[in-house]
Amino acid sequence: MTSVSAMEPGRGQKWLAAILVAAYALLTLLPLIWILSTGFKSPADSIAYPPKLIFEPTLEGYVNLFTTQTRQTEEYLASHPPGNWYERLVHDKGMVIAGPSRFGERFLNSVIIGFGSTFLSVFLGTLAAYAFSRYRVPLKDDLLFFILSTRMMPPIAVAIPIFLMFRAVGLSDTHAGMILLYTAVNLSLAVWLLKGFIDEIPLEYEEAALIDGYTRLQAFIKVVLPQATTGIASTAIFCLIFAWNEYAFAVLLTSGSAQTAPPFIPTIIGVGGQDWPAVAAGATLFLVPVMVFTILLRRHLLRGITFGAVRK
Amino acid sequence: MAEINIHNLRKEFGNFVAVESSTFTIADGEFFMLLGPSGCGKTTTLRMIAGLELPTSGEIIIDGEEVGQKPASQRDFAFVFQMFALYPHLNVRQNISYPLVSQGMRRAEIRQKVGEVAGILGIEEILERPVSGLSGGDRQRVALGRAIVRNPKCFLMDEPLGALDAEFREHMAGELRSLHDRMNATTVYVTHDQREAMQMGDRIVVMNYGVIEQFGTPREIYDFPATLFVAEFMGSPPMNLIQFEDHLPAGTSHMTLNGQSIGFRRLQEEALGKLTLGIRPEHVFIDDQSNYRGKVTSVEYLGTTQIVSLEVANGDHLKARFAADVPIREDETVGLGFRDDMVTLFDRSSGRALRSAHKDGVAAHG
Repeated sequence: MTSVSAMEPGRGQKWLAAILVAAYALLTLLPLIWILSTGFKSPADSIAYPPKLIFEPTLEGYVNLFTTQTRQTEEYLASHPPGNWYERLVHDKGMVIAGPSRFGERFLNSVIIGFGSTFLSVFLGTLAAYAFSRYRVPLKDDLLFFILSTRMMPPIAVAIPIFLMFRAVGLSDTHAGMILLYTAVNLSLAVWLLKGFIDEIPLEYEEAALIDGYTRLQAFIKVVLPQATTGIASTAIFCLIFAWNEYAFAVLLTSGSAQTAPPFIPTIIGVGGQDWPAVAAGATLFLVPVMVFTILLRRHLLRGITFGAVRK
Repeated sequence: MAEINIHNLRKEFGNFVAVESSTFTIADGEFFMLLGPSGCGKTTTLRMIAGLELPTSGEIIIDGEEVGQKPASQRDFAFVFQMFALYPHLNVRQNISYPLVSQGMRRAEIRQKVGEVAGILGIEEILERPVSGLSGGDRQRVALGRAIVRNPKCFLMDEPLGALDAEFREHMAGELRSLHDRMNATTVYVTHDQREAMQMGDRIVVMNYGVIEQFGTPREIYDFPATLFVAEFMGSPPMNLIQFEDHLPAGTSHMTLNGQSIGFRRLQEEALGKLTLGIRPEHVFIDDQSNYRGKVTSVEYLGTTQIVSLEVANGDHLKARFAADVPIREDETVGLGFRDDMVTLFDRSSGRALRSAHKDGVAAHG
């Protein structure tokens, strides 16, 4: 018989827990799996009923996502044979590629605005959180509450004033405008999260650095920042997820040059109705950067680097 | 190497006065103790010397230069924190190198210096290890290494042994003292442990509620406490304090208590009213002739000595330290005598010891 401590769950409980976790994972992954598979279906398969679980995969959706096409006459098609695999794919449908679609630009806009506002939120948030944590700031509690209070209503509640303000100062449909907006929304989260992390870093580290001959700024950069990487990484992930996925303001405030991917993807319309495989392909690609970013920073989320260095 | 003059140093936090105007001098090469209960202002005083707190008023003069408002990074002091404060993201070698890196020293030279220091402290083996896995003693040594590697003017230590096990503390105390003797650098050491202060210090400042109660060598402070607070704070068990009322003119060296004449060092000032007689337990002896009699209420046997608790006629309680082989039993009544050169008289209203003919001038409270 194995000795089991009172706190250790039994074998049955472990299995039950594993099954529950697996069921939950399946539930949350199902829409993702559906989007992923739809991206590789033909338009006909994507709307087939009953839904097709087994189908012949095609890259048509991805080709449609990245290109615009026009229908041509038989004669034109016969006189212009396809040069490569994707041209052939389009050719078989009686179409030719007219040029690239807007997806690339919109995706790039998302990257610029998402990462730009994340960087700005974390940068300003770290400085503010450090000041709130370490300095005697007048009206500190009131200021912190004020910062928190900006999250007490849904941001979209102020959509109309923001819309008018943006129009008045010429920020509508600009990268700078969207970066500022997302930073403003995320900053309260960043300040509060990071203040919690910085509060946890003992003051003695900085004092030791001051004694060792470093200035306050050097102590901050060389001692506080390395200790705060866990907090900075998790804050960055939360900020990026918000800015990346934001839909309502993006619809309202961008239409052309600064439009991000979320409002763009649903507008992909194929010939003869919504092109679901192309939409699904766009959604799939849209997920990739956040996933990669999260996986890259996951190491920091898990590692408790300050563990055991100061006796408490 | 440095002489430190503290002149009228004062620190307020809002309405709270952490340190009242304090004045004392720490001689070059001295192992100097700041002793007192928690909240007495000793750590604040140390932090002001280090530059981690700025004084509200007063001066800190190091080798003739006033540094009170200078940032810590420009004072060239080393500070050993109670919780060690080793940089957790760096390994042992990097931790010890850190102060040298800030001076812009060349890498080869840093390597050589760290090697020397590791040799002194016996930590060559762990130089490449991360600090998070180290034992308390090794962390303490690394923290000391970081302090001594730069050859600072002065070491400041804030209860550096407080986080260690009792057993190991004793050992490290010895190590610290011999390290100091070897380096011969001025050391200012904060502790609330009177035994540690007596054991290691050349001189001690005793503080209470932000006020310096007494300043002197361990012997002066133990034998001739300047205030009632010091009398009770130093020694385990502390000094016996017997309250009485009397009028003692200057020049007196005898008084009568419970029908027994008790001698003391000749008074140099007049005393009137509520007074207290202080006598250390080891200066109480058995005297069968004495009218000052006490009933034994308990006996604690400590191996080399025994602590005997006594109740005397007027209800006072005394503790006496006798040699372990003195035969004494509970409920026994014995006559007691006091070594008259070790009796200290206090004026209870001011809490101050009455001036008397000492062997040499003990600094009064400051």
